[in-house]
Amino acid sequence: MSPVLFWFFAFVMLVFGAAVIINRNPIASALSLVVCFMGLSALFMSLDAFFIGIIQVLVYAGAVMVLFLFIIMLLDLRMEERRKINLVAVVGGAGVALAFFIQICFVVGQLSAAQKTFPPLVSPKTDDVHSVGLLLFTNYNLPFQIIGVLVLVATIGVIVLSKRELR
Amino acid sequence: MVTLGQYLIVSGLLFTIGFAGVLLRRNIIIIFMSLELMLNAANLSLVAFSRFRLTSAGMPDYNAQVFVFFIITVAAAEVAVGLAIIVALYRARQTTHVEDVSSLKF
Repeated sequence: MSPVLFWFFAFVMLVFGAAVIINRNPIASALSLVVCFMGLSALFMSLDAFFIGIIQVLVYAGAVMVLFLFIIMLLDLRMEERRKINLVAVVGGAGVALAFFIQICFVVGQLSAAQKTFPPLVSPKTDDVHSVGLLLFTNYNLPFQIIGVLVLVATIGVIVLSKRELR
Repeated sequence: MVTLGQYLIVSGLLFTIGFAGVLLRRNIIIIFMSLELMLNAANLSLVAFSRFRLTSAGMPDYNAQVFVFFIITVAAAEVAVGLAIIVALYRARQTTHVEDVSSLKF
């Protein structure tokens, strides 16, 4: 992928990611999150991970975001009223996040592999659905079944939690 | 050409945005969205490592992509349970503001 496209999608992803936490309206945040995940899925495809990119769009931009919007609708959340903000907490939080990012930059700068450019693939046709599926059902068969049980437990948990009165 | 370091920096920046969201916002639903941002930043660096480290057959290392698949599944389950907890909280307290829920605060 050309660097122009990489920077374009990275820029879209980061700008809308920042919009998620800047917007005061929860619906605007949820819709910004959709655009952010679209940019992220384009970055996955630039890394030849087409299966993961499609899954990202289907699961996140499709299912998870509908769930978020549905909950916002159900709770009837409107624009947040402005509360008195604790300035010390805000400055402290921003400072911690900034220090964290500087640390990441430092670590990536130390990493010798960071200068690596794209190694050419043997064949441009990456059969990645086939390869991921094969690994999933051979090497990772037990984790795959545990994940299945986890999803079942989550389903039952949601039903129990959303009953009218909890005992 | 785009290098591995640039992908890692973009991923770190996305993680930092999510981290800042968890620290700065007071609305539980926005905090939840920021958690999703952090999970996806980790996914981006995993997929970048998978593409830049070729196996001996000259293909991307698909172990990382299987790992990303598991992370996406767990995240979807986590969102369902978390949103159900938010609905239960709203029924009990009529709020989604973290400062109104401080019974367990030390």
